[in-house]
Amino acid sequence: MKTMGAIRILPASKVAETVCGLVIDAVCRLPDDVLFALHAAKDIETGAAHAVLAQIIENEALARAARRPCCQDTGLAVVFIDIGQDVHVDGSLIDAVNLGVAEAYRKAYLRKSVLSAIARENTGDNTPAILHMRMVPGDRVSIHVTPKGFGSENMSRLFMLKPAEGEDGILESITQTARLGAANACPPVILGVGVGGTMEGAAILAKRQLLRACGSKASTPTLRRLEKEALRRVNALGIGPMGFGGRTTALAVLIGEMPTHLAGLPVAVNVQCHCARHAGAVI
Amino acid sequence: MKQIQLPLSARDIAILHAGETVTLYGEAVIARDAAHKRLYAMLQTGADLPFSLSGACIYYAGPCPAAPGEVIGPCGPTTSGRVDAYTPALIEAGLSAMIGKGARAPEVVHAMRGRAVYFAATGGAAILLSSHIVAAEVIAFADLEAEAVRRVTLAGMPVIVAIDAQGNSALWPIA
Ligand code: SF4
Repeated sequence: MKTMGAIRILPASKVAETVCGLVIDAVCRLPDDVLFALHAAKDIETGAAHAVLAQIIENEALARAARRPCCQDTGLAVVFIDIGQDVHVDGSLIDAVNLGVAEAYRKAYLRKSVLSAIARENTGDNTPAILHMRMVPGDRVSIHVTPKGFGSENMSRLFMLKPAEGEDGILESITQTARLGAANACPPVILGVGVGGTMEGAAILAKRQLLRACGSKASTPTLRRLEKEALRRVNALGIGPMGFGGRTTALAVLIGEMPTHLAGLPVAVNVQCHCARHAGAVI
Repeated sequence: MKQIQLPLSARDIAILHAGETVTLYGEAVIARDAAHKRLYAMLQTGADLPFSLSGACIYYAGPCPAAPGEVIGPCGPTTSGRVDAYTPALIEAGLSAMIGKGARAPEVVHAMRGRAVYFAATGGAAILLSSHIVAAEVIAFADLEAEAVRRVTLAGMPVIVAIDAQGNSALWPIA
């Protein structure tokens, strides 16, 4: 038997502390890439669309200065953790994530929006978080928090396409999602798209795309071409900022791909509003 | 920018036009999904409502808790379409102004004719909007917390006339 290499011990409390800080950071400002895209959109819009974008930008500055949330829907906390296989978390990792979430929503006076699905009873502390974990090489733990508002989450869609539908089917799925839902999702939106995998694989891949910066490059030339064409088609709809018409319905379409079964072509489109909050840290 | 006093006057209802940007002053009531369900049930059974609908303005929102020193927590609009099933009955009972975000059902637009105006506030601009709320008090359904009914006083809240009382809409798909 091989002897074990050095295992790093990480107290669960450190995870809780980090998650708490990331939630507050995420909700009280917008990432620079989103702000940059909002400014660029404001410059090309006129009338109500321009007024709406100016308000969104002003609001972000107020929120950042006051360290209060940009949007009152401070979301359901979605937490992505990549945990190095050479780390031992001392204590319950899942409990630590939920403790961090509960602490953030309590101490920063954030809205607790989480409730039982059927009886609709509020859990009182915005837990449980949605947790996506992966085991990776190394002895670090990378944590990304994206508090997800439901005005936009509700407009997301899953398509189990036939393989023959191909690229056209993918583009049409994206455009149809925007056509049916972007107006109610606080546009300009960002669309995270997962192509391939299984039903849940495509959905998680779609959500992961929302961690990418607007304007970041997709991993392959095909994806870059599809992202560009999808963005063109979505903006051609003319829904515009807050649905008042305009050239900017989406700030970005971000597509990820993974292998799938020969009989299928899953496409998940996760709709994100302009309040595209996320924050990450490596501990 | 045009300043509009709540409750809306008959003249304002007649002349406000879809697409206009205005600022709102005066009293409004905050109520969203769960509160509407209860208000609607009360209307159906003839029970006394916690506030008078006559000339009322409802703001569809569910604020964050107020931090120390705040009148109300960040408070932007929520999707109006989720209360569309209840709105015609509320307009029938006197509701004359609504503030929210997103499209309305044809039944709502129909019920609004000659009687009510729908304003859109910018979704996600919660701090900017709550800075124009100068008084707030929970008046009903405190158990609903973020969804409790609150009476608020608006001072210069920026909104856009999304659908006017003639049935014109500034929202996509723009006819
Ligand atoms: S969709 Fe986004 S910006 Fe709009 S209310 Fe929800 S969280 Fe806020």
